[in-house]
Amino acid sequence: MITQRNWTKITRTENIPPREGRSVKVGSLEIAVFNINGRFLTIENACPHKGGPLCDGMVTGTAVVCPLHGRHFDLETGIPVRASEPSCLAVFPTCVEDGVILVDLDAGHRAFESDAA
Amino acid sequence: MAGVACVEQILKRNPEFDITIFGDETHVNYNRIMLSLVLAGEKSADEIVLNDADWYRSNKIRARLGVKIAGIDRHARIVTDEQGESTPYDRLILATGSKAFIPPIPGVDKDNVHVFRTLDDTHALMAKARKGLKTVVIGGGLLGLEAARGLQVRGCDVTVIHLADSLMERQLDATGGDYLRRRIEGLGIRVMLPRQTAAIMGNGHVDGLRFATGEELKADLVVIAAGIKPNADLGRIAGIEVNRGIVVNDFMETSDPQIFAVGECTEHRGQTFGLVAPLFDQARVLAATITDNRGPVFSAAAPATRLKIMGIDIFSAGATDDKAEGVETVRYEDPALGAYKKLLIKDNRLIGMILVGDVEDEQTYLDWMRSGTDLAPLRRQLLFPPAASDQGLEVADMPDSETICGCNGVRKGDIIHSIHAHGITTMAELKEKTRASTSCGTCAGLCQKLLRAVAPDFQEETKTSLCACVPFSYERLREIVKGQKLKSVEEVLAIYGNRKGCEVCKPALSYMLDMLWCGDHDEDRSARFINDRVHANIQKDGTFSVVPRMRGGVTSPDELRRIADVADKYQIPMVKVTGSQRLDLLGVKKADLPAVWRDLGMPSGQAYAKGVRMVKTCVGTEFCRFGVQDSTNTGIELEARLENLFTPHKFKMGVVGCPRNCAEATVKDLGLIGQDGSWQIVVGGAAGKSVRKADLLVTVETRQEAIEASELFFQYYRENGNYLERSYDFVERLGIEKIRKDTVYAPDEEKRKLLERLHRSKALSHDAWLEGDRPVNPTQFVPIEAIEKAREPQLV
Ligand code: SRM
Ligand SMILES: Cc1cc2nc3c(=O)[nH]c(=O)nc-3n(C[C@H](O)[C@H](O)[C@H](O)COP(=O)(O)OP(=O)(O)OC[C@H]3O[C@@H](n4cnc5c(N)ncnc54)[C@H](O)[C@@H]3O)c2cc1C
Ligand code: SF4
Ligand code: FES
Repeated sequence: MITQRNWTKITRTENIPPREGRSVKVGSLEIAVFNINGRFLTIENACPHKGGPLCDGMVTGTAVVCPLHGRHFDLETGIPVRASEPSCLAVFPTCVEDGVILVDLDAGHRAFESDAA
Repeated sequence: MAGVACVEQILKRNPEFDITIFGDETHVNYNRIMLSLVLAGEKSADEIVLNDADWYRSNKIRARLGVKIAGIDRHARIVTDEQGESTPYDRLILATGSKAFIPPIPGVDKDNVHVFRTLDDTHALMAKARKGLKTVVIGGGLLGLEAARGLQVRGCDVTVIHLADSLMERQLDATGGDYLRRRIEGLGIRVMLPRQTAAIMGNGHVDGLRFATGEELKADLVVIAAGIKPNADLGRIAGIEVNRGIVVNDFMETSDPQIFAVGECTEHRGQTFGLVAPLFDQARVLAATITDNRGPVFSAAAPATRLKIMGIDIFSAGATDDKAEGVETVRYEDPALGAYKKLLIKDNRLIGMILVGDVEDEQTYLDWMRSGTDLAPLRRQLLFPPAASDQGLEVADMPDSETICGCNGVRKGDIIHSIHAHGITTMAELKEKTRASTSCGTCAGLCQKLLRAVAPDFQEETKTSLCACVPFSYERLREIVKGQKLKSVEEVLAIYGNRKGCEVCKPALSYMLDMLWCGDHDEDRSARFINDRVHANIQKDGTFSVVPRMRGGVTSPDELRRIADVADKYQIPMVKVTGSQRLDLLGVKKADLPAVWRDLGMPSGQAYAKGVRMVKTCVGTEFCRFGVQDSTNTGIELEARLENLFTPHKFKMGVVGCPRNCAEATVKDLGLIGQDGSWQIVVGGAAGKSVRKADLLVTVETRQEAIEASELFFQYYRENGNYLERSYDFVERLGIEKIRKDTVYAPDEEKRKLLERLHRSKALSHDAWLEGDRPVNPTQFVPIEAIEKAREPQLV
């Protein structure tokens, strides 16, 4: 299956320093784009716990640690690193072209939906 | 090593011997195993000395160092050294070890081709190693890998060449070797297998290697670690029986009744040796034989190899041939963890094993193997054997003669004896008295268990390791960072860690670098918590709080007006008087921070940082009718001298003008209490999660002395506190007596150095809020706007 990507230009790569994240408002949602030493990954910005700004979290390998209460999420899958946590994050396909980060805003995907209401 | 170990045993049995030790190295007996740590800069040559000059002196041993024995006349019982001097003997021990095996490759005689056997070799390598030097290590066994690691840590660009298809093929199978290879490559060392070196090229000086295939590789430095061969020359000269090594029987006697041999130079029942554990057994046996207590016999037990290579644990024991008749293998692999286990089973009995990366169950397996445990009922648990319900069982099960520390030949019985004889209660004491666990550290777990089981007042180790990403204690890491001149968190993680780091170790390492290099390091913002990236305290809704510095809790009408104006202009939802005598502006948007700081025109109060918070003061002599010291101005001066510096945890101070203590100095990290004609300096107070009255550090007469004592304690805590250790835990851990000894009572020279380091840090520090106008990156505070008009995102 070939997926047609619908890329949106977000920002130049140098605006996101290595191993840090930055948030970008898109419509009613905020996404957080991370620079994993030259690879860019995008997740939704709000922590499922209490809405912590994940863009401000510390990066460890390919995971981010929420700055408010320390939950860990894998940036590639959006899945919480500790299996006991019930919710995951949406991840968005991301690539770089001519020094600009592109995100497919129509292909955000959650690995699973939480049972909790 | 084996020779002197034998002498130590001889002295225990019979201190009357008149002993001369010859050694052609100029150094006293040192721990050869630790040469790789010296090469890597983790230990100094002094730290690996096993027997210092005092030991030789106090045991009345004549040490002839740097003297090579050239001849033995066994009929006249005389040895002659290279200078031609003769020394008569009644009994002679040969413990000449082995030599590096140099394969017959053309070009091995060129400059910059080295071996790695002695301290001098190590120093020679250290002298040549430098950043980016193309280095090739020939040989992928223990020595080659250790040399590779040491040189890589020194910045060399290292490639390991190995003849066989996999690394350490003698101890590991192909899969085990592959796991090891991947871990090593992960550390940044190139591995090329299988490669046969055909020639070392270059004109006098190495410039490359050519392999049998014709392929070539550039090299500026070559280390040959292709194996060892017993150094049996003296045996041949003496005319005693020699094959590959000097032949010894079970009592360590050679074919001449007055000549004995121990160590790697020996050959016992056709076997030669390359690791130290069996050599210590030999030393014990020989000590019995030579002191006329002939009885104990040496038997090279089923080979069990316990090694730590580049921080990777490896254990192999028993049979390795899994193709043999009736042998079943059970394996477990986890590439992500880098763990590999393989058990060889025959007739439901364990006959051999290989463990790489996860050696936790080594002891249980050894027990199974040695006792021939029937594994039929345990089949489902082979790879993850259940933890013994009785934690002491594992050590209780071992015979006293079992070697616990293979590196230093320390047996269970020796440890128990030492625990009682010296009243040992901590690992540190155990290491000091027995040397167990001082080399590779693999037996630390066993030693710990033994201590717990045997020592009546066992105390858990207080040196905690930082975290799983960089598994070293704080003390060790401080030495490493300093010794290796590491200047960035990434560098430490790449060389000594798992390259990722976590939210525990990254800020801790950031702190350590800042403190050790007095601020002159490569600051990596990504390794800091968000508060330290934007210099404000994150709130539950993602906004920030701003606490300007108000030295000593003193403000002015002008400052108050500016604060009020800023609160209005930026619609700050709350302005609050804090518990630390200053004002907090809460709910500020990240994007507004630079403007808020600019308009306030006040420095950062560091309310977000593990650093200097405030000095709370009372009104003192300036206004108070009881005041006997000028607490307000002393507090302001103290704050100005220490502000902008980072500490292991937040650091709060108080200065009061009399013992009524209105600014609560006795529950601060550091407090100054004014008395009539003097100041009391108190440290380690707390009134947060726990309440602790501060300990008196010292009483001094003048304000200047009071500030100096404060600075001494402050810098001492900065250098010796573990990250996230508040002063109240620090003072309890070290004890106030020790702290006094190392600070206010220290020799002038030490004090001067402490203060000098503090002042250097201070000179390089700056008010973090200046970054508002000079951000470290363009989006430090500014939010990103999407280039293209943003659309409503869709989840699929
Ligand atoms: C703002 C303030 C409360 C107030 O409105 O007065 C405050 C607020 C916080 N304190 Fe505090 N502490 C404040 C004075 C105190 C004091 C009183 C003092 O400084 O004299 C104490 C007891 C003394 C002490 O430090 O031990 C205090 C003991 C703590 C502790 C417990 C520390 C401990 O080891 O016992 C924490 C938690 C920690 O650090 O691990 C803490 C942590 C916090 C944090 C930083 C929690 C956090 O991590 O987000 C709070 C930040 C709130 C925010 O978002 O701004 N705060 N906190 C005070 C700021 C003082 C200032 O001007 O800088
Ligand atoms: C870098 C390195 C790392 C190692 N790591 C480990 C490890 O992790 N685990 C492990 O079990 N083993 C390890 N080993 C092996 C271990 O060091 C040896 O097994 C052990 O040192 C052998 O002891 P020995 O007394 O037989 O020989 P040595 O310690 O070599 O002592 C022999 C001494 O005799 C001197 N000598 C030789 N000929 C003469 C002469 N004619 N006159 C005077 N003096 C002479 C030699 O110069 C030498 O000083 C390592 C070895 C090296 C080199
Ligand atoms: S006591 Fe301190 S940490 Fe607790 S809610 Fe109040 S300000 Fe926050
Ligand atoms: S909001 Fe992210 S962990 Fe609580």
